[in-house]
Amino acid sequence: MTAVLSNPVFREPSSLAGPVREIEFRDAIREAMSEEMRRDKRVFLLGEEVAQYDGAYKVSKGMLAEFGPRRIIDTPISESGFAGMAIGAAAMGLRPIVEFMSWSFSLVAADPILNNAPKMLYMSGGQLGCPIVFRGNDGAGGQLGSTHSWCVEGLYSNVPGVKIVIPSCPADAKGLMKTAIRDDDPVFFLESERMLGNKGHVPEGEYLIPFGHAAVRRAGTHCTLASWGRPVNFCLEAAEILAKEGIDCEVIDLRTIRPLDLPTVVKSVKKTNCAVVVDQSWSFSSPGGELAALIHKHCFDDLDNFVHRVHSDDVPTPYSAKLEQEYLPNVRKICEAVRSATYRA
Amino acid sequence: MHLIREFEVRCTQSYQDKKIGGFCHVYIGQEAVAVGCTQAVRPEDPIITAYRDHGHALARGMTARACMAEMYGKVGGCAKGKGGSMHMFDRPNNLYGGHGIVGAQTPLGAGLAFATKYEDEVINGGKNTRVTLCFLGDGAVNQGAFYEAMNLAGLFDIPVIFIVENNGYSMGTAIDRGTTMSHDLCIKGRAHGLKEAVIDGMDLLAVYHDMHELAEWCRANSRPAFVDMKCYRYKGHSMSDPRKYRTREEEERYEANDAIAKFEKALLDHGVVTEESVKEMLKGVREEVRDSIQFSNESPEPPLSDLYTDVFVEPWGRYTGSSLPEFMGGADNVCGFRATDGKEGLV
Ligand SMILES: Cc1ncc(C[n+]2csc(CCOP(=O)(O)OP(=O)(O)O)c2C)c(N)n1
Ligand SMILES: [Mg+2]
Repeated sequence: MTAVLSNPVFREPSSLAGPVREIEFRDAIREAMSEEMRRDKRVFLLGEEVAQYDGAYKVSKGMLAEFGPRRIIDTPISESGFAGMAIGAAAMGLRPIVEFMSWSFSLVAADPILNNAPKMLYMSGGQLGCPIVFRGNDGAGGQLGSTHSWCVEGLYSNVPGVKIVIPSCPADAKGLMKTAIRDDDPVFFLESERMLGNKGHVPEGEYLIPFGHAAVRRAGTHCTLASWGRPVNFCLEAAEILAKEGIDCEVIDLRTIRPLDLPTVVKSVKKTNCAVVVDQSWSFSSPGGELAALIHKHCFDDLDNFVHRVHSDDVPTPYSAKLEQEYLPNVRKICEAVRSATYRA
Repeated sequence: MHLIREFEVRCTQSYQDKKIGGFCHVYIGQEAVAVGCTQAVRPEDPIITAYRDHGHALARGMTARACMAEMYGKVGGCAKGKGGSMHMFDRPNNLYGGHGIVGAQTPLGAGLAFATKYEDEVINGGKNTRVTLCFLGDGAVNQGAFYEAMNLAGLFDIPVIFIVENNGYSMGTAIDRGTTMSHDLCIKGRAHGLKEAVIDGMDLLAVYHDMHELAEWCRANSRPAFVDMKCYRYKGHSMSDPRKYRTREEEERYEANDAIAKFEKALLDHGVVTEESVKEMLKGVREEVRDSIQFSNESPEPPLSDLYTDVFVEPWGRYTGSSLPEFMGGADNVCGFRATDGKEGLV
């Protein structure tokens, strides 16, 4: 970890001086992609509606105008084909960014992204790797129903050889995306349709955020809340509510789950003696389950209670707004889990 | 056709009123395709389609109430509010979905036809009696699964008709920007030995006649077919599409060739209907759709316990093995997610 952090390209956005600049999550991702495309001609973006339509979610807005159709490429609705094609190009040394309009649609490309990209280096005995970024919306949007609401980290984090980034705020999205593009390995970058319009301070000036380096979003002494992606924001909301009840939560944003910054979590739990893991994917064989197991192992003597977990309910995502809200790891569920974990239920 | 159009207009309003959520794709402009195709086959012939499915559901006989209430996420919906706009299912009317993933329905469509043929020939020892209609968009033609489905259908003599509702666009992508040989789409079916047809989907009678002939051929010969059904969607891809990728003139040109207006004129010209009877019918249609909205407003929200129904069939009763899942009460309430308000607990 320290070796990685000592690399001068890595900096936390909070360490940069300058005026406050509030931009949307989608702008932050676009800035990262554009900056990297300016510095490296091998980087290009492809996916459905990314060019002439300016992106289905406007993440790539204006990029066609700047970089032209050879580098911002509209594809047909052929995920298996264009993901595989990009992997082939990456093996040749190009650095593709593949946009899945939604990670839910990556399932039809499961073979290339899981069987080729993460295994190429290993199977070739280190001869050729796969410097590629797959990115798109992950998790429930709003009432998109069960086929369009996948949390693919539940499936994909099981696979060795992929790096999985799940940012929770614009500043991190930018710094992590730049790292993802410069990384020599396949990176799955998971955004959320529900967060693309979220605004946050993103400093001017260049910074990259290292993978496997969690951020402590809120310091606290009674219970550690560990999460990543959109639910981090729910954790912060829950922490405010719980603070009024006298429960002081420490909120840790893992930012990447592969690699996973266990030391930061362990350090926190050794202080709070209590942990709740919040993960939007389903509970069975999930990254949240993995983290809970690791906390149990490393903090066995420090825990006052078993690690509580909040997930989406173990059913397909329902369409009805009421059922969907109940199904997701919402603020209410997080509060209940923390109260239970701290014996305040 | 009038029912579908009126339904879609009110559906759009309901979406704007935030009564309907998620992705919602209306069928305005393409009505003649669903109506002509479903009328050209028998009620026992299965149909399956993509997410632009309200028209197919209504044409197949789903009530406006069940269809609208599904989008309102209410108990009175065809799937009790669990599926939503993109996933309309109606077993009694042999509609096997609404499928949200582009192209996903194409191998399934081959499977429906495989099953009807199997039942007729293997189980009942007779001749194939049914044909399946599998609808897909022109953009779905580029999914790999579709080619596997066509090859299987050709190989196994499966009586399925792949109807490409070629409205010229997949989202903002004009067909020639995303699809090779778009001037001769049928070549894609030809490559797998499928019978082919190009049909004017903006002409109800053409759709009906050509589809009837084709369906009867597929039924009798137990063979698959590919249809390039030329049509146009008047509105945006979904509710949030400013349609900057095409001109207003183009839209007006197609709207001037409206299938509903054309068919109505033909009926009037031949004295099949009168101005008055058309007016009467329209009144009935508006009333039916208005009623569906009232019904959807009044239909209750699903109870929280519905989250856990329909996950398994459980033919032997509720599972009670040693690996009883947590959500069925098999373990401690470790996620804290089942503490309810006491009124709506788990069943
Ligand atoms: C596998 C997959 N990729 C992408 C999408 C997103 N998407 C939904 S509809 C659509 C366009 C499809 O166009 P077309 O097949 O022509 O049907 P139309 O909308 O014109 O009826 C896209 C890209 C999806 N649902 N599934
Ligand atoms: Mg289309």
